[in-house]
Amino acid sequence: MSNVILEIDNVQKSFGGLRALKDLNLQVEEGKVHAIIGPNGAGKSTMLNVCIGRLAPDSGVVTFNGENVLGKKPHEINQAGISRVFQTPEIFPDLSLLQNVMIPAFARREGSFKFNMFGNVCNEKEVLEEASHILHDIGLNEQEHDHAGSLSRGDKRRLELAMCLIQHPKLLLLDEPTAGMARHDTNRTIELLKKIKERGMTKVIIEHDMHVVFSVADHISVLAQGTIIASGTPDEIRGNLKVQEAYLGGAHL
Amino acid sequence: MNINIPSIKKDLFVMLIFSVVILSMPMWLKPLGAGYPDLLQKFAIFGIFAVGYNVLFGLTGYLSFGHAAFLGVGSYTAVWSFKLLTMNVLPAILFSVILAGIAAAIIGFISLRRSGIYFSILTLAFAQMFYNMAYSVLTPITNGETGLQLSRSDPRIIDNMMAQAGASLPSPTLFGLEMSGYSGFYFCAVLLIIAFFISQRIFHSPFGMKLQAIKSNQTRMKYTGYNTRPYLLSAFVISGMYAGLAGALMAVTDPLAGAERMQWTASGEVVLMTILGGVGTLIGPLLGVGIIKYFENIFSAMNEQALLAAYSFMPDWLAKVMVTITSPFVGEGWHLTLGALFVVIVIFLPGGIMEGLGKIKNLFKSKKKDTFTEQIPPKLPEKAEPQKEVS
Repeated sequence: MSNVILEIDNVQKSFGGLRALKDLNLQVEEGKVHAIIGPNGAGKSTMLNVCIGRLAPDSGVVTFNGENVLGKKPHEINQAGISRVFQTPEIFPDLSLLQNVMIPAFARREGSFKFNMFGNVCNEKEVLEEASHILHDIGLNEQEHDHAGSLSRGDKRRLELAMCLIQHPKLLLLDEPTAGMARHDTNRTIELLKKIKERGMTKVIIEHDMHVVFSVADHISVLAQGTIIASGTPDEIRGNLKVQEAYLGGAHL
Repeated sequence: MNINIPSIKKDLFVMLIFSVVILSMPMWLKPLGAGYPDLLQKFAIFGIFAVGYNVLFGLTGYLSFGHAAFLGVGSYTAVWSFKLLTMNVLPAILFSVILAGIAAAIIGFISLRRSGIYFSILTLAFAQMFYNMAYSVLTPITNGETGLQLSRSDPRIIDNMMAQAGASLPSPTLFGLEMSGYSGFYFCAVLLIIAFFISQRIFHSPFGMKLQAIKSNQTRMKYTGYNTRPYLLSAFVISGMYAGLAGALMAVTDPLAGAERMQWTASGEVVLMTILGGVGTLIGPLLGVGIIKYFENIFSAMNEQALLAAYSFMPDWLAKVMVTITSPFVGEGWHLTLGALFVVIVIFLPGGIMEGLGKIKNLFKSKKKDTFTEQIPPKLPEKAEPQKEVS
């Protein structure tokens, strides 16, 4: 049993009368790819929002690397080592691809604030090199001077993934990285996810596409109506009748 | 489209050309009828104001409607420095910049708690507060409606230690060199060149890039580990200091400070200048300043006689028709011309004159390989991604 890097303990969150998260408990082990599946409205995105400080839960504790993250600002949580890929790509559409990946590279090196108004970007050789390298990895190096806003949706998602990877986060949260993607783009993303799996980064991935889930995940948790109803290896989840009823509608995989 | 980060060599080359163009303004503006010191000083002073404003609005996208307040703070401080210490302009400028910076830090600290329209309204409210206080509670400092003026009985501690006060009212000097006429212009021009140089450095520094990223997507910035507030506050204070410098120079070239300098129309003017020239471009705001100040001074001075002279090559009846058509646009009606121009530019060239120049340049150089643009093109609605898929 390896270390638990992220622990969600008894988290509750209500929006008005709607209880989005009910006694949510989840443990993510270091170095694993942990997939969260569940029907729409199960509270998957709410759970990620609580982890990155976007939402404050009503009660409960979220511990990352032995430290409570609740009450911390989003930038502090990121600096502690959690990066997130959003469901709709959050990139810098007016900047070039190169600048898009340089910004997070600077964040890792310089922390949350550095006032260096007389430096020149051209002198930041290391950052430039690292940024070019990661764009090469995701296959967007030829367009590095283009506006990120002009990319296709699939490319934007991969760019956002690169922006998170260049930070070398301890924990990467992916919210439906293949939603709305064409089949070949999905396959490319799976390849990319497998590639970064080898680097031993812990990942929590929310996904609807079972093909993606079963090809990358080490561990799967099923979330329904704000609580975890099952948790286990992909094979265990496949065989779990409760899951099949709640989520897969009784169909056999 | 292409965004390259310009190299340091290129930056220095641009600076060289810029300096030559600014310093030779008296020569090349003469044929245009604008080569007199009073207007040249205005070009340089408002140039500094707009360049500084662009550091905030152009890089971060935060639209401040209260920058005239810092202009006023700069002017009053400079005149007080003349009154109390010395007629030398350097301490006056130094104090103005520092005090405007402090005012900006306070206003910015509060206003930057909100973004978008709420930020604009907060800055506007603060500027109007300054404006109205100058007429009421602050009259001991601002001298109310009369405006703050020099007088012979001012203490001028440093000057009076050096020499006896003269019989006439002293004027601001730079170690004995009087700051009026062309010497005043060259002094302002040198400061404009320095101001432009600093703004260029900011634009091409990692700090500037982060400010642009905040403009582009502040949410992403926060979840990328940046504390955006200190970045925004730094940009706000820097642009406030620029405005303080511009205000000080107004007092240097004409040692008088009035509260009308802080009215919201003055804040609005710098917004117009920046948008007209091109938000977020280095040169754009200066073009905006040039055009607005030129219109204000040249077009407003035209009358029917001048128009008739301009149309003298036409037959008499045609000239009369032309004068009837064009006369509402000059003289008192110069605002009409400016308004029409502004409407045309905002509709057809949302990136201002710089976007227009870029388009012309692309027409000629469509085959050239590395097109160099230093501007951040504005968000064009038609370029929004068409394939919004439902996930």
